[in-house]
Amino acid sequence: MSLNEHETGQDRRQYITFLATGQEFAADIMTIREIRGWTDTTALPHVPDYVRGVINLRGMVLPVIDLKARLGLGTTEATAKHVIIVVNAGERTIGILVDAVSDILTVTSAEIQSVPDVMRESQNEYVEGIAVLDGRMVTLLGMTKLTSSFAADKSFEQAA
Amino acid sequence: MDPMEAIRQTYFQECDELLLAMEEGLIAMEDGEADGEVINAVFRAVHSIKGGGGAFGYEVLVGFAHVFETVLDHVRSGKLAPNGDVVKVLLRAGDVLSDHVTAARNGAGEVQDGDVKEELNALSGISPDGDDAAAAEMEGVVFTPIHVEIDDAPGPAPGTWRIRFAPHPGLYAKANEPFLLLRELGRLGSVEVRADLSGMPELAALDSDQAYLAWDIVLRGCNDRAKIDEVFEFVTDDCELDIREDVPLAALEIVTQTPSPAIQPADPTPAESPPTEKKTAGAPQAPAEAATKQTIRVDLDKVDRLVNLVGELVITQAMLTQRVMECGQARSSTIGAGLNELEHLLRELQESVMAIRTQPVKSVFQRMPRLVRELAAQTNKQVHLTLDGEATEVDKTVIERLGEPLTHMIRNAIDHGLETTEERLSAGKPAEGKVTLSAEHRGGRIVIEVTDDGRGIDRARVRAKAVEKGLISPSASLSDEETDNLIFLPGFSTANQVSNISGRGVGLDVVRRNIVDLGGRIVIGSVAGKGSRFSLTLPLTLAVLDGMVVAVGNQTFVLPLTHIIESLRPKESDIRPFGSNGRLLNVRGGYVPLVSVGDLLGVEDAAEDLAAGVVILVESEGVGRTAFAVDSIIGQRQVVIKSFESNFRHIEGIAAATILGDGRVALILDIDGLVARCREKSRSSEMQQAIGA
Repeated sequence: MSLNEHETGQDRRQYITFLATGQEFAADIMTIREIRGWTDTTALPHVPDYVRGVINLRGMVLPVIDLKARLGLGTTEATAKHVIIVVNAGERTIGILVDAVSDILTVTSAEIQSVPDVMRESQNEYVEGIAVLDGRMVTLLGMTKLTSSFAADKSFEQAA
Repeated sequence: MDPMEAIRQTYFQECDELLLAMEEGLIAMEDGEADGEVINAVFRAVHSIKGGGGAFGYEVLVGFAHVFETVLDHVRSGKLAPNGDVVKVLLRAGDVLSDHVTAARNGAGEVQDGDVKEELNALSGISPDGDDAAAAEMEGVVFTPIHVEIDDAPGPAPGTWRIRFAPHPGLYAKANEPFLLLRELGRLGSVEVRADLSGMPELAALDSDQAYLAWDIVLRGCNDRAKIDEVFEFVTDDCELDIREDVPLAALEIVTQTPSPAIQPADPTPAESPPTEKKTAGAPQAPAEAATKQTIRVDLDKVDRLVNLVGELVITQAMLTQRVMECGQARSSTIGAGLNELEHLLRELQESVMAIRTQPVKSVFQRMPRLVRELAAQTNKQVHLTLDGEATEVDKTVIERLGEPLTHMIRNAIDHGLETTEERLSAGKPAEGKVTLSAEHRGGRIVIEVTDDGRGIDRARVRAKAVEKGLISPSASLSDEETDNLIFLPGFSTANQVSNISGRGVGLDVVRRNIVDLGGRIVIGSVAGKGSRFSLTLPLTLAVLDGMVVAVGNQTFVLPLTHIIESLRPKESDIRPFGSNGRLLNVRGGYVPLVSVGDLLGVEDAAEDLAAGVVILVESEGVGRTAFAVDSIIGQRQVVIKSFESNFRHIEGIAAATILGDGRVALILDIDGLVARCREKSRSSEMQQAIGA
């Protein structure tokens, strides 16, 4: 959040936006370590369908999850055009499979709206807010919430 | 970090080393190897702990260390013979000192040192008043210009010495304080001190880093030259010192003069308090330690990074080799030869880097003598502990996790293994029981053994207990080995009464669990009436693992070699259906459950026909043998363990992952977890069938 500290008073944050299921999502740029093309994963046994498996990221074994499936919107048919965003948040590093990365946005706190009550469902617990910019609507995702959500995920036991 | 805090931490790191050195020396003394060097080493260790402790204001610690040191000083000077009883008190004092250090480090906790302190005082012949005086002296040292007590009364003994003492600047640089030395001299007899100010320059020319003062001392009433040498022991290299015995008759004009306050600022010693501690801070530089090996302290994170990098390098090299081979380059080509060379160098590099992380097991072993002493006192048994192979090196992570199992095993040996003194005597054994803790390298692994010469495992009792607890059926026929292994079952405890030493519900099953988690094994050998031996076999490092790489469908898995007994190609006729959907495999007349790894892990396109594949016979804790069916065996190799748990979560049946030569991730199977899982699965499927039917 050092950007935040730099520009106190303005309270601006930079976000990377990406596409999944035709919707535009965004994550705080400070949590994103790198962006790489899709590579085949090694499947893990007995995991919920949103876990795509693990890949070798320069010697590190990186778990990869499917954002679309995590949000309960169905699984992604991954191709070479798909992208893995490597996220480092909340002491964990994971890869997130998305359709494409589109933009870098600067958002001030005034532009962020809270999640409408209708959307407060369990699968939207990672949504931090919604930013509306020039008529575009971007869903801001909380990466720390996302990366730390596995430990207590009951669906692992069900999958087993 | 605040710099003072950093220094404080360094002090405690040093304390750990010093306490080890002290313990080692005391044990040598206990074994009757009390030569001067050993005693000196112990003295220096305690002295240094006291010195550092004073600098940080740990008064209680310093007070105790002082009393301890006084006794050691008597031993050192030969006033007190280090016989059995004395050493026992010293050992206990060592334990208390270590508790003091711990309390000081945690900044909390009170140490009950009263008893030991009294015993120490009794040894040094100091009455409690004297102790107070000593303590008061310790705390009350204030830098006053001069406080040398000059006793004009002639000393009882005729020995008169003339001492010329001229410090070099180095003496002050090491924070020694001449005043304290002079005061020490004053304790040996009556002294006359004359400060030699002739070297003193004009104030303007004064360099505060130089030493200008010298002292001429006449000491009367001291017969022992060694005592005088002792006073200057820590400073002999940093001063001009001339000690000669004087003819008592010599009529000399001695000017008794002390440095007056007016010239005190010339004293280059910075007027910092407390000077006592400053002096002792230089003590670790005592000559005897110069012979030790040169070492550097390195942040563990840096080493870990190096280890990781080398691990990645090895993987990259394997990948490169594979790609080159795929291009049709023969091993004999120049590229192939170069890659071969690279591989060898990398192996060597990897081994050297791993060696940085290794430490002698001594750090764990040294904690055991204290445990044995305490247990011996609690159980009223006489125990002698022998340590062997303390220099054997093993990875730091293994060492860190060795303490608890070893503690358990030693407890077990003393509480259950050794008989009471009466029982031993009536069995014709020496009253003192023997427990041996040894370590050695054997076949790329470390073997640690705990041996006792006690009663051995009472198999009849173990069996009766296991039947009583419902762990085995009364009709089960077990070999001696199998019976011995019953004591590792959870919920097993042969002690009739729950003692406060062992038998707190956490028993040998926990020990076994810990050892297995480390990738090791535990084996018991026991002869009734003669004793038992527990052997632990552990890998040297937790970073790599010997594994068998197997293919199942489109996936590759690694099975830890420690669990594998054999692999075989099953005949169609050896596979028998069993129960609802289970299968058994006939292995030379015995039947073991047969499980398809593909089914178990839900791998797509795994071979359906188990007879067409390979079966790997594995052994898991508490369950026995299981046959795992896989498609084929790719090979046996050492793999680098890469955990993903910290980034993700634990996945049942998977221990960790590794990266293969082609850069792909392969999963390392957790055999115990898998076996437990298929037992559960068969149970639940039976239930489902029962419901469905």
